[in-house]
Amino acid sequence: MTASTTASPTRPPGAAPGPDGAEARRRARRGRLYRLDVKGSPYLFILPFFLLFAAFGIFPLLYTGWMSLHSVSTLTPDQSTWTGLGNYTMLGHDPVFWKSLRNTVTIGLLSSVPQLAIALGLAHLLNYRLRGRLFFRVALLAPYATSVAAAALIFQFIFQQNNAGFANWVLHLVGVHPVGWEAGTWSSQLAVATIVMWRWTGYNTLIYLAAMQAVPGELYEAAALDGTNRWQQFRYVTVPALRPTIVFTVVVSAIGSLQLFGEPYLFGGSGQGINGGPDNQYSTLALYVYRLAFNSEHLGRAAAVAWVIFLIAVVVGAVNAVVVRRLRKSA
Amino acid sequence: MRPSPLRSGSRRRPRVLAAASAAVLLAAGLLTGCGSSDTASSGGTVTLKVGDFGTFGYNAKGANLFAAYMKLHPDIKIVEDNNANEQNYWNATQAHLAAGSGADDIQAFDVSRMGQVTTTLASRFTDLSKVPGVAKADWAPVKWSQGTARSGAVVGLGTDLGPEAVCYNTKLFKAAGLPTSPAAVAKLWGGSWDTFVNTVGTAYQQHAPHGTYFLDSGEGLFNSVVGSGATQYYDASGKAVYASNPSVKAAWKLASQAVAAGETPGIAQFSTQWASGFANNSFATTICPAWQMANIVNDSGKKNAGVWNVATAPQASDWGGSYLTVPAQGHHVKQAQALVQWLTRAQQEITVFSTPDVGNFPSNVTAYADPRVSGAKNAFLSGAPIGKIFSAAARRIPAAPIGQYDGVIRNDMGNGVLLMEQKHESASAAWKATLQQITTDTTG
Repeated sequence: MTASTTASPTRPPGAAPGPDGAEARRRARRGRLYRLDVKGSPYLFILPFFLLFAAFGIFPLLYTGWMSLHSVSTLTPDQSTWTGLGNYTMLGHDPVFWKSLRNTVTIGLLSSVPQLAIALGLAHLLNYRLRGRLFFRVALLAPYATSVAAAALIFQFIFQQNNAGFANWVLHLVGVHPVGWEAGTWSSQLAVATIVMWRWTGYNTLIYLAAMQAVPGELYEAAALDGTNRWQQFRYVTVPALRPTIVFTVVVSAIGSLQLFGEPYLFGGSGQGINGGPDNQYSTLALYVYRLAFNSEHLGRAAAVAWVIFLIAVVVGAVNAVVVRRLRKSA
Repeated sequence: MRPSPLRSGSRRRPRVLAAASAAVLLAAGLLTGCGSSDTASSGGTVTLKVGDFGTFGYNAKGANLFAAYMKLHPDIKIVEDNNANEQNYWNATQAHLAAGSGADDIQAFDVSRMGQVTTTLASRFTDLSKVPGVAKADWAPVKWSQGTARSGAVVGLGTDLGPEAVCYNTKLFKAAGLPTSPAAVAKLWGGSWDTFVNTVGTAYQQHAPHGTYFLDSGEGLFNSVVGSGATQYYDASGKAVYASNPSVKAAWKLASQAVAAGETPGIAQFSTQWASGFANNSFATTICPAWQMANIVNDSGKKNAGVWNVATAPQASDWGGSYLTVPAQGHHVKQAQALVQWLTRAQQEITVFSTPDVGNFPSNVTAYADPRVSGAKNAFLSGAPIGKIFSAAARRIPAAPIGQYDGVIRNDMGNGVLLMEQKHESASAAWKATLQQITTDTTG
């Protein structure tokens, strides 16, 4: 860092690059070093991250893309044949792929929409002065800290299809016939979405809560002076102030839904987990990648599905960028 | 994979818990892809790593086979590399085999993986047929044939076998007015699956206590019927014949008849509700491989001791069981082969069979004459002479060829039966959907 202290531009005025050319060259070099330091060293500091990112992020991504253009078995990855877009066109008439894509969207909506709405409401309540506020905040995070395997195991029991399951027992109390949760399309997706909701609602609540605490109290005071009730405060003060945070959580949930794997896999148990149900009624894209890669051993096709997930994530990210820009303009 | 990887014994394992770490394990497996020098010898001793999954029982209390071998061979040290979860085990092992390094000296495989192991992966293993002491006649014909590659190389030697019988609930049989002694029960269906489903099954269902079913699973029935055929999903030349094979079609028809007659509860085997079906005495029969008895014992609970009994199945078939292989990439192939040969000898398989909480049924037929096998009875299942019943079945199982995608086809066929049970699809619609699914799964 010496360059930045000694080569500061404190040359006396008029001391033109005089007869001493060597001195001038030295100064010029110092100047270049200074500029290089100022402009370049930040890049140097973040270089380790990007090197790691290149090795463990970019390279696998590109390599997966390369593989998706080949016919290759997981068992013999050294023997691959070029198929161009063959794996992608094959997805076009692969019913499991389409079902998985549709399920990924529906389970994503079934879990994200209620989850974020509930989280927003809970955060609003927790933002008030409550007795045992800390307890509630910690309790909210407990499901998030629970292993997905433990959660799925419990929910497997809750959603048993005979009368022994808790969900059917509750339905029985209100006079509804027992539901075959795992067998049905909507019922199984609802069950999987419930596991996701149970795990992630608390997490989003805390994010909203943090954002709410950054909302200036004067806004609420002013609103109170104007005679608003709590619902109106929530509607006209909290929600607008939280808009960027809400967009963030929506994007994170959308990407999380794209990667949904553990919940359906474990909900299906040892027999049906890998299929996402006999009719693939709760199979997701990520689950299908796993099935293709490690059950039927089609690494190339698995890579193609993985790239489809990536492309959808890119689209989600782009939509997010557009929305955020709009929000900023309108703000 | 299907429950078949839940090989042997009481092995409906806590797969659920282990599965969450699947991705992590896989990554770890790839990263450590060059660690096979673990087997380096030191001080004149050779360390052999034995990779297996679930319960092989070699190190179980009462078996102590590794300790016994090390005592016989002081220059050998054996380390068991066990993974509770078969799918995770397979994911890591296939990465090691593909990378050409990192595999253990001995790798075990469930029979559902042998389709790939004896075809795509065959060249990665050593031929065990020439190992001193190995003789084809020692194994049940089906066990030997399904461990052999088309080249004739013996890729895997059989550990345990899953010969099938019919386990039946005497309480429910009595309630439905059916006989309860094993001989009389076996006589009901004689040697015919058709009689089993369309005479005994329908008769049971007519007089059955409310909410009970003749079978625990349509898929179980379908697999057993297919398994008793001399040709199943592949022919001897390695060609896939699942779509045209008459015995597969016949099995499909039987399964659809059982479903239509309301003989099945429409739940997947090994699910939580399937397990509670045993506790609640909802199933009159289950076509049970030897290792399934442990599930009946665990799931029925103590209160149902003596309720179940075992009768000979209409025809012999098998489900599950495993193999030991020696990957060619190992540094101590000779020593590993000798250990595999020793572990699969009758004496050792008998020891595993008679170890409490293990009970894997021998695939080495010379074990069957031993009184510890022939005299074996299961106290919980009404003292049934399980040794005799399952040995007799084992010898009669047809040695049907298997092919590359056998495990995948089996999985898809099972799903197809569930489509009939759960989605109430017609036999022909479900068959069509299943064939399309298999085509998708076995292409590319």
